[in-house]
Amino acid sequence: MTNNDYIIEIRNISKSFGDKVILDDVSINVKRGEFVTILGPSGCGKTTMLRLLAGFGQADKGEILINGVDITGTPPHQRPVNTVFQRYALFPHLDVYENIAFGLKLQKVPADEIDKRVMKVLKMVSMTDYEDRDVESLSGGQQQRVAIARAIANQPKVLLLDEPLAALDLKMRKDMQIELKEMHRKLGITFIYVTHDQEEALTLSDTIIVMNEGKIQQIGTPTDIYNEPQNSFVADFIGESNILNGRMVKDRLVEFVGHEFECVDEGFGEDVQVDVVVRPEDIYIMNKLEGAQFTAKVKSCTFKGVHYEMYVETENGFELMVQDYNAFEPDSEVGLLIRPADIQVMHKERICNTIEAEIVDANHVKFFEETFECLPHSGFEEGEKVKVEITFSKVDLIDHPEEGMLSGLVHFLLYKGDHYHLTILTDEGYHLWVDTNDIWDKGDLVGINIAPQDIKIIKSDE
Amino acid sequence: MKRFFAQCYIWLLLIILYAPIVFIAVFSFTESKVLGNWTGFSTRLYSNLFTGDMQGTGSLMLAIENTIFIALVAAVVSTVLGTVAAIGIHNMRGSTKQAITFMNNIPMLNPDIITGVSLFLLFVFLHISQGYLTVILAHITFCTPYVVLNVLPKLTQMNPNVYEAALDLGATPFQALRKVLIPLLKPGMISGFILAFTMSLDDFAVTFFTRGTIGLDTLSTYIYTDARKGGLTPELRPLITLLFVGILILLIVINIRQIRNSNTENK
Repeated sequence: MTNNDYIIEIRNISKSFGDKVILDDVSINVKRGEFVTILGPSGCGKTTMLRLLAGFGQADKGEILINGVDITGTPPHQRPVNTVFQRYALFPHLDVYENIAFGLKLQKVPADEIDKRVMKVLKMVSMTDYEDRDVESLSGGQQQRVAIARAIANQPKVLLLDEPLAALDLKMRKDMQIELKEMHRKLGITFIYVTHDQEEALTLSDTIIVMNEGKIQQIGTPTDIYNEPQNSFVADFIGESNILNGRMVKDRLVEFVGHEFECVDEGFGEDVQVDVVVRPEDIYIMNKLEGAQFTAKVKSCTFKGVHYEMYVETENGFELMVQDYNAFEPDSEVGLLIRPADIQVMHKERICNTIEAEIVDANHVKFFEETFECLPHSGFEEGEKVKVEITFSKVDLIDHPEEGMLSGLVHFLLYKGDHYHLTILTDEGYHLWVDTNDIWDKGDLVGINIAPQDIKIIKSDE
Repeated sequence: MKRFFAQCYIWLLLIILYAPIVFIAVFSFTESKVLGNWTGFSTRLYSNLFTGDMQGTGSLMLAIENTIFIALVAAVVSTVLGTVAAIGIHNMRGSTKQAITFMNNIPMLNPDIITGVSLFLLFVFLHISQGYLTVILAHITFCTPYVVLNVLPKLTQMNPNVYEAALDLGATPFQALRKVLIPLLKPGMISGFILAFTMSLDDFAVTFFTRGTIGLDTLSTYIYTDARKGGLTPELRPLITLLFVGILILLIVINIRQIRNSNTENK
């Protein structure tokens, strides 16, 4: 079934390089004329997705349709898309005019028509009178403008932009953002924009697709993505946020930082563990303590231009970031208040590590390609496939990788107010989630130990 | 004082290096049959060389023609092969790339005599009658790695996206190669060609073993045979001088090109 509203339909695309999964069953629909941004940290698969759209590389699985036509196997020169590359990729042996006319000449467009179109796109990118210049004599910003002009001169149905502003300085980037938005409006064609800059994504897009580790995390408008992040990754990646462990007491009542708050979320069930996101600008901070929902002590206060950024610590040890136009002195007691609509409650992706395992003998179990000692168990046979559960806080991380039963590196970390929630990638490529009070950095090599009494064996579902 | 000795040393070295050639160049301007015997200034040997008025003329001129023909064919073919190979190597990843680059370097380090003997044995084994064809094949074999070595750096300097940009703008892979890749690789291909040409001109050992018994002579084998017959033909002196001057000019041209290239890159 094809829907005519969609100019691009990406269906269940998967792609791996060697053992590494880059894209994992990704499906995206893009409406005609939309400005869509694929946003994510480096290595999330966003550039690979764009390259598959352009035709540089083949997906292992899935299909891509443009205008309802399957183009999965079409070579790049026959696709109705054009690309603006991150590092411009202008042809250094041709001047500005010849660069822009390159595609038109190949299509055998008459010379006077080429002339007209080159002048038109040069005007569009504010580069009139530059047509005879050598491309290498232009500044970075000017080269990027020529690259954009070259791509739109071919009048593509879809323009693909691969971090086009990443190499420019901040001021130039801001100007180009406005111009790109304006260009999108004038051309009326679909833009697919890839970036790791969340601010750029929020400024430019009609729709943002947040990606991480080859999977789509959330698709939505900039306001949706900012105000209602669907998981802790999105909340952490887009803007500043306080991400905390919480418990849904019942509908419209959630408990976190040791207090109960009214909220607007329903349908999570009663007494369910959740993640709670509160944006720092949504926490009201005041001197008087009455009328406040909870109190805290100011730890630090930094001037950020428009607002002050303060870290406060509640009486039960949770650290929160608060932004306000007024400064509050460090060490002063403050009252805090959060409105129900500003509390974003999210399902927890997992509440403990659940790992496929195999019983070795009476007190050993094998998982992650390693045999672990566990407490004597009953009811399981040798070689039986089981699952083990390990609480986040019971995984012990040590400095020296070689001294651990397993070794790995810190892949992702999230501050949860009173502890860090780490994602560890073991050397064998498995994920393990850990709660710890120790401070680790992304990329740290760690040894991993798990005590026998902390390995809980449960029956496999199968 | 230290500087003075350093200067003396370098000049002494240069004199020793260039003395034999200068010696021959000086004696190319006299008619004496025996080298080292000055019988007054004359350009007879030069005019003999060009008018062909000398002993064994035919075979010397033929040897020169053979040398240039073989060098041209070998340089053209190895430039094409080397460029294609360089593009292939550039697009490889990891250990395969390293292995192939390493294998490309071996023929350059391998002594010519070994290359020559092994090619000779190969041709005998394959029952290929030796002559023009085998000499050209042999020259292509040892010239190609030099072209690869000259084209590879141009590929690494190139923005990796330009080829894709050409495809993206509607060029077929062949058009992208012709309109984008080759113009960008041209400087590397030209220096590779020049190097291949001079390597082929220069070669003795490989030619000697692969020319067979049909009496094919290049300049180097001709001179070798001539010298063994007892004394060099006097006309070889102006020839050597001209060759030396020619190569000197070529080298100066290459150097100027390189300086210009690095200047434009710095701009």
